Amino acid sequence: MAGIVTNPRSGKSQPGRPHLTESKAVRFTLIGIALLFLGLIVILPMVSVIVESFRKGWEAYVSALSDPDAMAALRLTLITAGIAVPLNTIFGVAAAWAITKFKFRGKNLLITLIDLPFAVSPVVSGLIYVLLFGAQGFLGPWLDAHNINIIFATPGIVLATMFVTFPFVARELIPLMEAQGVHDEEAAVSLGARGWRVFFKVTLPNIKWGLLYGMILCNARAMGEFGAVSVVSGHIRGETNTLPLHIEIVYNEYQFSAAFAVASMLMLLAIITLVAKSVLESRMSKEHHE
Amino acid sequence: MTSLRKKDRVLPGLSITLGFSVLYLSLIVLIPLAALVIKSAGLTPAEWWDTVTDPRVVASYKLSLMTAFFAGLVNLVFGLLLAWVLVRYKFPGKRIVDGLIDLPFALPTAVAGIALTTIYAPKGWVGSLLEPLGIKVAYTPLGITLALIFIGIPFVVRTVQPILQDMESDMEEAAVLLGSYRARTFFKIILPDLIPPLLTGFALAFARGIGEYGSVVFISGNMPMKTEIAPLLIITKLEQYEYSQAAAIAVVLLLISFVLLLFINILQRWSNRRLRTVKGG
Amino acid sequence: MKTFKNLQWALIAALILTVLSACGSKNNDQPSSPAASKSGKVPDPIELLNVSYDPTRELYEEFNKSFADYWKQKTGGTVTIKQSHGGSGKQARAVIDGLHADVVTLALGYDIDAIAEKGLIKTDWQKSFEQNSTPYTSTIVFLVRKGNPKGIKDWGDLIKEGTQVITPNPKTSGGARWNYLAAWGYATKTLGYDEPQTLDFLKKLFKNVPVLDTGARGSTTTFVEKGIGDVLLAWENEAYLALKEYGDDYEIVTPSISILAEPPVAVVDKNVDKKGTRAAAEEYLKYLYSEQGQEIAAKNFYRPRLQSVADKYKDQFGQLNLLSIDKDFGGWKEAQAKHFADGGTFDQIYTPGS
Repeated sequence: MAGIVTNPRSGKSQPGRPHLTESKAVRFTLIGIALLFLGLIVILPMVSVIVESFRKGWEAYVSALSDPDAMAALRLTLITAGIAVPLNTIFGVAAAWAITKFKFRGKNLLITLIDLPFAVSPVVSGLIYVLLFGAQGFLGPWLDAHNINIIFATPGIVLATMFVTFPFVARELIPLMEAQGVHDEEAAVSLGARGWRVFFKVTLPNIKWGLLYGMILCNARAMGEFGAVSVVSGHIRGETNTLPLHIEIVYNEYQFSAAFAVASMLMLLAIITLVAKSVLESRMSKEHHE
Repeated sequence: MTSLRKKDRVLPGLSITLGFSVLYLSLIVLIPLAALVIKSAGLTPAEWWDTVTDPRVVASYKLSLMTAFFAGLVNLVFGLLLAWVLVRYKFPGKRIVDGLIDLPFALPTAVAGIALTTIYAPKGWVGSLLEPLGIKVAYTPLGITLALIFIGIPFVVRTVQPILQDMESDMEEAAVLLGSYRARTFFKIILPDLIPPLLTGFALAFARGIGEYGSVVFISGNMPMKTEIAPLLIITKLEQYEYSQAAAIAVVLLLISFVLLLFINILQRWSNRRLRTVKGG
Repeated sequence: MKTFKNLQWALIAALILTVLSACGSKNNDQPSSPAASKSGKVPDPIELLNVSYDPTRELYEEFNKSFADYWKQKTGGTVTIKQSHGGSGKQARAVIDGLHADVVTLALGYDIDAIAEKGLIKTDWQKSFEQNSTPYTSTIVFLVRKGNPKGIKDWGDLIKEGTQVITPNPKTSGGARWNYLAAWGYATKTLGYDEPQTLDFLKKLFKNVPVLDTGARGSTTTFVEKGIGDVLLAWENEAYLALKEYGDDYEIVTPSISILAEPPVAVVDKNVDKKGTRAAAEEYLKYLYSEQGQEIAAKNFYRPRLQSVADKYKDQFGQLNLLSIDKDFGGWKEAQAKHFADGGTFDQIYTPGS
């Protein structure tokens, strides 16, 4: 995912010049292998989630989703994503701006540190906040004395989610803005434009697809994060359970199809946004070119 | 990080964006991670060393590294293939397939784990077909690798795709004019340019795989010395209320990931610079 | 330009403050419970948080309703009980790390001891309520597939070649520790108190274990949903619950010897004193010992302590020889150190070359 450059010219297909593309047979074979792989690894699990979720019929599906605990979990998930995604977006834009428009020492280190949450085990992502804010943690006694709850309450869940989704927007924008260079912005500045104006009028139109894509991914991950949130949630029913945690609970109550029903909803939401973005983008870029 | 050359500062906003980035990075990522390191420092050096070199811990590191490595390799090959097919060919439903690539990011890892186990367990859809052939997937290192392939596939596809899209066809055309066959063109002209993004994607998938827990723990079987992954050992240590030891194991994982990521970022910037000078000249 | 920059900073500072205060305020206002509006009379409904382990979901769902009615009758006040479930050790850790539990109802005393060690519960908590603070007990039984195709009757059958045994990992699951100790107890008694032979028995048994899930529910799912294994070592109540959910596909086999599993309860002193909920929390746990409480426990397949209820449900539970953690294993501290700590007997099973 790092290094996505959404190039509007990309939709072009290669005309069938000899030796510039593969023979039909090779092409079909390659497409076939690629789709088979994707089918076994990604699509089959997805299908199984949907099949399992409807095993007990449409009514059970609806009732699984309208359960009060599920609604409470959905609300918490939306609040969490609603805080984490905008904050990480602001950070992503700021970091990408600093990194791509300027030269400074330690840039590689900064980029690596931004990437780090990708590679940190979800178990650890939750644990670090417990070590910091937990009752036995470094700030715990102080927080306790002031009656501030972070762990096992919404702030802890938001923090863990922010950590896990931290790199998505920045990682999306850095290569994109890198490729675009600084000429447009410099020209705008020399024409007298300032600060925010340069950003909104010059930079933003150039990066809007990348930004949107980063936000979609960030949001999808924020709504789906399980491991890290599980560590800081406390699992209080109807209070500190997010949707993925609710899924686990329902699954553990032997209501397998209800669990998969909630999961399928989460998954369908993600797929719809991802495919919609993909389709919209190709349509826009075509218009742009014709 | 603060040494700035004045002449570069035509554009506004360096101090504010960099300042905010570093502040936010510190609050959300660095300070919490420092807590982890400090906690693991609660052990004496000897205890620390004993913890991270315990045979079971070493076995779990090996397992996590090996499975993540093989999953990365598989993703390297199939990720390239998927990116190639998505960029170069047209076929019905391509946009949907393109959208599906990101699904592993979005699906809660526990759901992914449960779904994969359901399919690849001995009585599952695919597992029951493989069972007579003597191939066991779930509850073996193969199952862990499979889960990590699932987790890692978007990383490779999404790093290779844009480079492939941006690739100029001039060189390929020239090669054809000089009578090169397609396979030769691919290996001599196209592949070399794809090596940096492939390595980046591989390393990201690899780094992610080392720490993955939610999807793996369902399919791995969790047998000590055989299918017990390092993150599970962290949990195990926590269950025994050994926070410092858990932190020590986590710090080692963290260091491995950090070194890997630093390496690929240097690699990526180096290859970007090289590309730019080639294009500019 | 300069003022503009300051403005930007001010904006960002304001944004961060807003978010933080939004987070902060969320904790300060007590979540108003829906029950409060119904009662109308009591302005301050009591809210209790019961932090429990995995298999008690169904039990406490029923019990909490009954207790809320009882409390209303007794005091006229409203009490709502929130539940949190998870692995016993994980739950104990959450309480240690600051989860504001009023009462804990966990799988084993060792986990409550761990909380007591941090000063949240008084160290002699086990004396606070009757029967070692254990209002209900359970034991470990075998769940086998219909017709018992492998003919599993007792622990000895589990080490036969070709028998697959499903149990969770004792390192991560409280229930699995009871499983392990029950097997250990059987082997000790039948092999004449010979420790190397006992360890060898356990080694053979775990050789037959293809999957070690992290929790009891995970193991049940593996056995029931994934169809793996010939026998599941399970809490008696879990086994009956699986039987209830899945009807005729399974049978329960009661071994000759098992262990008296005592899942204890305790009031988290530090939290109830801070919240002022001690009276309700203590009454809540006492109610577990009442006839109604015991009846609910029995209905959910926990063995009741109260003789009258125990007699009523006598036919539901198989008769077997039960070992005691205190008498036969020297208490949890000793059992934990000997078997489940690093380098303990469980680790020795999996250490190559030993």
